[in-house]
Amino acid sequence: MTMPAPTRHDEAWRYSDIAAVEAAWPLPAPESIIVPAGGNFARTIVQDNGAIHQLNIAIGKGATAAIYILNIGGDFGRVDLNVTLHEGADFKLGAVQIGSNAQTLEIITTVTHVEPNATSSQIVRSVLAGTSTGSYLGKVSVARDAQLTDSVQSVKAMLLDRSATANAKPELEIYADDVKCAHGCAIGELDPMGLFYLQARGLAPADAKKLMLQAFVAGVFEGAADEEMLIEAALKKLGELV
Amino acid sequence: MLKITNLHANVGDKPILKGLTLSINAGEIHAIMGPNGAGKSTLGYVLSGRPGYEITEGEVTFNGQNLLDLEPHERAAAGLFLGFQYPVEIPGVSNVQFLREALNAQRKYRSDTPLSGAEFLKVAREQAGALSMDMDMLKRPVNVGFSGGEKKRNEMVQMGIIDPALAILDETDSGLDIDALRTVGDGINRIMRKPDKAVLLITHYQRLLDYVKPDFVHVLADGRITRSGGPELALELERDGYKELAV
Repeated sequence: MTMPAPTRHDEAWRYSDIAAVEAAWPLPAPESIIVPAGGNFARTIVQDNGAIHQLNIAIGKGATAAIYILNIGGDFGRVDLNVTLHEGADFKLGAVQIGSNAQTLEIITTVTHVEPNATSSQIVRSVLAGTSTGSYLGKVSVARDAQLTDSVQSVKAMLLDRSATANAKPELEIYADDVKCAHGCAIGELDPMGLFYLQARGLAPADAKKLMLQAFVAGVFEGAADEEMLIEAALKKLGELV
Repeated sequence: MLKITNLHANVGDKPILKGLTLSINAGEIHAIMGPNGAGKSTLGYVLSGRPGYEITEGEVTFNGQNLLDLEPHERAAAGLFLGFQYPVEIPGVSNVQFLREALNAQRKYRSDTPLSGAEFLKVAREQAGALSMDMDMLKRPVNVGFSGGEKKRNEMVQMGIIDPALAILDETDSGLDIDALRTVGDGINRIMRKPDKAVLLITHYQRLLDYVKPDFVHVLADGRITRSGGPELALELERDGYKELAV
């Protein structure tokens, strides 16, 4: 039996390019990743051709998983992660999405702490130009038994044009009483005084913007095995925007 | 070198500069003093091309070139340096990376060969050393977490690295303690007191002028130069205040 394609009424798809989703429907089953107890897993996803990626990741006791995402290509690009953390597990996400023209880019994460002592850290940076739309829907759930959960979520978006759109929806659902869940969310534009300062020292406007945007996304890919490739690809796309 | 003729400028609808005329020749140091709100900082911003300032009348030439036609980065490459009253913090961008890119952008604009990383670091180390600034600070993000004095010192290190023909220094002395004032004053003399260079010091106080001796002192009041003289004018202002002197 095939599920009907989602509509805007489905919360997880409300900012999506529905026509593109319908064209891709039905989607293949999500990739399922099980990190065994004590294991370490890392994956880099470069979404550069307008694809929908769906991953279910179960992180076993004391295991770690790190996902790095660069979401930049195609008319509609979506990466959807569904992460379950068992006792003492650790999940790390570093994600950058850079949109131009009429692109719709989105990252959806559902991170569920089902057992105690697990840690999760998510950093998402979006740079949006033209009439592009960049969305991040990030839900962190902490089950009743998942005491001493430590979860951090940092979400920032930079709008380069008035016509670009950023959606951010951080969501916390906590049933345990002894947990740390920090989250921050900000949407802004490049500081004009900073830009002028850089230009007054000799940088052309596009280079000044690029330098500031580079700083904005810097650090997100820290620790990735292919950090250099990711930064280079991100800079290339940023260079097209400014 | 710099020739400002009957310059009028607005911020929004508000006229700030109202017919300012000033000539600066190579080898000269000029000080502009004046009360708050006279238009001193506006003058620095207009000359360096900050967006949001509308020039309604007058002209400015820099080494014969129409300065007002140039973009801020082109003015920098032409040899103009603005020392900011409030140097801007730019998180995530390291001083060295930014300065090397800026310097090489200027060199490229002038068809000079770019400096390699090693060549640049040598220059940066010399300039930082001359201003008693720790090289580690130069590797940190631009002005982030710097004290007021450190920011001003960093401006001078940048000026030393960029080595401009004309420096407009907007209240570079504000926020400095006595020792830092001396260091910054020495820096201005060392970098800029040369026959082919010039300085426009914008200041409220005489004290910087004890270290950097101006050749000319001007009073800027209500958007124009109301009085000009030699270094003795600064002392007179310090003694009598602006009210007595502004005509």
